Amino acid sequence: MGKTITINPITRLEGHGKIEIFLNDRGDVDDAYMQVTELRGFERFCLGRPAEEMPRIVPNICGVCPTPHNMASTKAVDYIYGVAPTYTAKLIRRLQVAANYVEDHYIHFFFLGGPDFVMGPDANPAERNILGVIGKVGLDIAKQVIEVRKRTRDIIKLIASKPAHPEGGLPGGVPRGIKEEERIAIMDTATFSIEFAKFALQLFKDTVLANKGYLDLVLSDTYGLKTYYMALVDDNYHQNYYEGMLRVVDPAGKEVAFFHPRDYADYIGEWVEPWTYIRLTHLRKLGWKGMVEGDNTSLYRVGPLARYNVANGMSTPLAQKEYEYMVSVLGKPAHHTLAYHWARLIEALQAAEELRQIANDPMLSGKDIRNMNFQFTGKGIGCVEACRGVLIHHYETDDKGLITKVNLIVATQHNAAPMGLSVKKAAQGFIKGGNVSEGLLNRVEMAFRAYDPCLGCATHVAAGKMPLEVTIRDREGVVLEKLTRD
Amino acid sequence: MADKPKMAVCWLGGCGGCDEALVDINEDILVLAAAFDVILWPVALDYKYHHVESLEDGEIALTLINGSVRNSEHEEVGRLLRKKSKLVVAFGACACFGGTPGMANLRGKEDIFQWVYRDAPTVVNPNRNIPEPITIAHGNQLTLPEFYEQVYPLGHVIDVDYYLPGCPPPPDRIRSMGRRVMSGDLPPKGATLAPTRALCDRCERNQTKPDRLTIEDVKRIHEVEADPGKCFLAQGVVCMGPATRAGCGESCININIPCRGCFGPVGGVDDMGAKYLSAFASLIKGKTEEERKKAIDGLEDPVGYFYRFTTASSLLRKKRDTSTKA
Repeated sequence: MGKTITINPITRLEGHGKIEIFLNDRGDVDDAYMQVTELRGFERFCLGRPAEEMPRIVPNICGVCPTPHNMASTKAVDYIYGVAPTYTAKLIRRLQVAANYVEDHYIHFFFLGGPDFVMGPDANPAERNILGVIGKVGLDIAKQVIEVRKRTRDIIKLIASKPAHPEGGLPGGVPRGIKEEERIAIMDTATFSIEFAKFALQLFKDTVLANKGYLDLVLSDTYGLKTYYMALVDDNYHQNYYEGMLRVVDPAGKEVAFFHPRDYADYIGEWVEPWTYIRLTHLRKLGWKGMVEGDNTSLYRVGPLARYNVANGMSTPLAQKEYEYMVSVLGKPAHHTLAYHWARLIEALQAAEELRQIANDPMLSGKDIRNMNFQFTGKGIGCVEACRGVLIHHYETDDKGLITKVNLIVATQHNAAPMGLSVKKAAQGFIKGGNVSEGLLNRVEMAFRAYDPCLGCATHVAAGKMPLEVTIRDREGVVLEKLTRD
Repeated sequence: MADKPKMAVCWLGGCGGCDEALVDINEDILVLAAAFDVILWPVALDYKYHHVESLEDGEIALTLINGSVRNSEHEEVGRLLRKKSKLVVAFGACACFGGTPGMANLRGKEDIFQWVYRDAPTVVNPNRNIPEPITIAHGNQLTLPEFYEQVYPLGHVIDVDYYLPGCPPPPDRIRSMGRRVMSGDLPPKGATLAPTRALCDRCERNQTKPDRLTIEDVKRIHEVEADPGKCFLAQGVVCMGPATRAGCGESCININIPCRGCFGPVGGVDDMGAKYLSAFASLIKGKTEEERKKAIDGLEDPVGYFYRFTTASSLLRKKRDTSTKA
């Protein structure tokens, strides 16, 4: 008789999640689902709000990646008021984005996803976490992790009040400028961040790439998924986190679409399934083809691995070198889901280098931080690369600038269907003959952890929850057993 | 390990920002880890709910719960943690007052579903699917929790010992809470762990507020080049400072942005928006009804300004602004 496995809550990710794994009579995996079980309704309760207040409300979609929401919103509001930020204001916004990339990528590597590698997938779950990592890498390193996070979040605080809920961003600018002494201090933070980024990459190479067992895991088909990829690129087709054109490549790495983010609705469709609150994005022109990978899929992925596959390179020299090394090992496109971790650390290096570039520009402490030459349009679509991938905020207003329409497409939503597939493949690869251990279940969790999913984001529509719980049921749906981990 | 008091951190209908805020105490997180045996913290640790179920009642010394209660699962987890904990702190604006998602109480579930699964420009839904509590997919049964009709602050659902407001609570308040819990120096049950007075009392710009403050023309934030040294209200911009509890460190004021009230009402006040509205109305200057009307032209969204974080704990909490029933 078939069984169902449930894990609850899934851990070391942002938000709540639920995974159901159905076993057949032989105890092999018949099917598996990752469900989003919560909804909050931002798209509706933001109606009637003044557009310029939106950058201060939407950070509550996600407190782990609030800066991208604050920024996509600010850019949408720029368009609503028909105004471009001044040179200095744009530098300040880009500084906030770069600082966010550094702190957020390290939260993932050291707190969320990294412990699976640093401690090992089968490590005692009581130690498979940041505290275990501290025990292993030592207190001095731990203090550096805390320091790099603190210093980059202090930059966000300077610009936007609260790193977990940024309040900055005005149409055409920013509310507060950077003082000259602050610019000098940021240069120092940038240097520290670059050195830390080099260390983190070396740690990844020593821990993961030098370990044949891990490398085999990274390269295994179980953790592979052939999809399309979407990301923002700059004029040189290099990675850009603040602005650019959206480019899509197919599973063979060939460009199939290149468009301005304002045209997103022509390219992105959201499919509705009755078993999840999340809308499943896909390439609209290909049509919904279901939860499938390979040449016949219409699913695409976003985030660090997508940016690696879509862009022709990095925007900064040290990160470019690391990118070239990754290409020499994995080739392009790389469909290895666990390679998200590697790409993420290279991006943190690019972001640290960007911090330095921006801080080196004396105009960062310029006084011209507002462009108030408004040419009201009543419609705005703002797009940025959030740490977890493409983020789109689309607002429309009445003639007083009060919101009448909100459509949000967030990174974890693009990745929702692929993540479900990755979980299913991992479950099928690791769970055989009804044998389920804590370590095997953790390997299933590793399949979604690589994406660094942000379920708060994914569930912006109402109040979201996605617990990972393994319940074993028979065909009639009667619960036979609930598997949880010790 | 056995000698250390136990601590739990959990999110309900939250955004994760309160969990990040806890990490924002920086190196003191190591002090916290040394002082407490953290037995649940889903964002960082792999403990599951059954670990909590296996504990004795009251065995957890301190539990920090962030997020509001929006569905039955939130309530169940909240009740479980209450039962197992000596002290429960409602951590952050959502747990204390419902937070910004509480503004959803002014809209029905059907209204939300209609947009999200039918009308949004990117929706492709030829089968007219809508999320269902129970679905049979390929012969397998999948379930989803059901939403409550509204967002509830934590204290409306379980007994809360202390409230730590803010979106999110700032690091120095979190440290101070930790010290008070560890030393046993705690205020009476039900207290808010922040000053009772208004933000204006702490605001440096307060000195620039005229003795007789009047507003002739309410301005929206993008319409003014705000003077960073001058009271926002004196510049005609809505600032929630007079009605908002102090203790945030004035971080928004410091980036030249007016307060929106994430610390909730001052001591002794339940309905923050009503309190503010009565005070604000008295500032409006105008000899005639028409002049007064014109003065508040810029005040387009009283709910979004006055109740941004507290709709769910206010008198508005069950009001719907449309005919949707849900």
